[in-house]
Amino acid sequence: MSTNLARGRRRRRPRAIGLPWVLPAFAVYAAFVLYPLANTIRYSFFDWDGIGPATWVGLQNYASVFTQPNLLGSILNSVYLMIFFVALPIVIGLSASILIQDIRAGAFSVTARVLMFIPQILPLAGAAIVWVWLYSANGPLNEVLSAVGLGAMARPWLGDFATALPAVGIIGTWVASGLCTLLFTAGIGRIDPSLFEAAALDGASRTRRAYSIILPALRSEVVVAATLLIIATLGSFDIIYMATNGGPGYTTMVPGVLVYRLVFTSQQVGLASALGVVLTIMILAVVIPTQWIGRRK
Amino acid sequence: MTANIDSRGSRITGTIVLLALMAFSVVPLISLFLVALQPRGTSPKGLNFPTEPHWENFLLAWNTANMWALLGSSVFIALMVVPVSLLLSTLAGYALAKMPFLGSGVLLGLFILGLTLPFEAMIAPIYYQIRDLGLLNTQWAIIIPLIGLYMPFSVYWMKQSFGNMPSEP
Repeated sequence: MSTNLARGRRRRRPRAIGLPWVLPAFAVYAAFVLYPLANTIRYSFFDWDGIGPATWVGLQNYASVFTQPNLLGSILNSVYLMIFFVALPIVIGLSASILIQDIRAGAFSVTARVLMFIPQILPLAGAAIVWVWLYSANGPLNEVLSAVGLGAMARPWLGDFATALPAVGIIGTWVASGLCTLLFTAGIGRIDPSLFEAAALDGASRTRRAYSIILPALRSEVVVAATLLIIATLGSFDIIYMATNGGPGYTTMVPGVLVYRLVFTSQQVGLASALGVVLTIMILAVVIPTQWIGRRK
Repeated sequence: MTANIDSRGSRITGTIVLLALMAFSVVPLISLFLVALQPRGTSPKGLNFPTEPHWENFLLAWNTANMWALLGSSVFIALMVVPVSLLLSTLAGYALAKMPFLGSGVLLGLFILGLTLPFEAMIAPIYYQIRDLGLLNTQWAIIIPLIGLYMPFSVYWMKQSFGNMPSEP
């Protein structure tokens, strides 16, 4: 019956009356997203400096992406950064939203929600500047360490080969935790309150309620947050560019900054394009399965 | 009622953790703000409120950075990008939601693909396109690509909103 209905509806409706409505949007999108994307794929098979003639090199640029330490390193760095840009914000967001749910709704819970969201509204460049100061040799972090007798640990955190990458990671944690808290608090708000009442009547502790009611209910929010943050991590540019520009050496280099550098500083457009394509494939490899799982549920 | 079940201790621990998370969010900002009030030419240390807050630092920074010109530029870009994006995405979103046609699913799929694409995969060709258009070092170099880059989100958003509206009977 539904097919009859659909067929009947289709017959009454002119075939492509909607097309001209979509075309303007699609034209700009095609011109400045799809066409450049196709060009990036094309460039990735050439050795090209952006000005002179290009030489076909086949898959050599892709081989370089996976063999040159700096290029492969940038990809591995962004995978490592997922601990700080994805996992920690989700854990912090879950803890914060559960704790906020536990306390009585009032001034304190509103303050907590507002304060935790503040880092999210800053431009990423601004967030980076805040932390460059915190981490600086004379900055508050080293000052606090000296004050509590850990002066030996003090160092320029973003300039030290051993600490630069996690230090940059914490900036991402600081920014993304608020988004997760907001998302999860909204998710908790959609849980039927009678569930909590029933659990309380049955004598379930707060830990028990968190594990048995809240966490299962937040599953789709966690998947959404993880997907968004993984995309943001693989494509990250602003924080790294402003805080360390990939340094010291290549310790905090990520693909975003490296693509920029390869194109505009060292004129290796083909290599940069191959890195961009690899990055895109990595993102699609994350997004398509999560969307598929999400839709099937 | 729940207070009977939960121990006082766990309640206090929870509040302390929450306070720590709140401090993690705002102390960095407060710290930067306090530095901004320090006298010029000093290298301030740690977290302390200056005895004599130098509010004029903000004015100085504003003027040194030529903020009026920078803001003017941003406002100009926003005034160009936002209305055009809204118009194009509303038209497209409405059609995709309410007037599906042969191939509209494919177009929607292509827009959704754009939600995930990283700038890195497009930035070099966009630069050469803008160069060939002779628009380098103008605001149009940002305005025109941004309208295209914002289409996936805005079209998808509009399509979802119109899709949630009841169709005419």
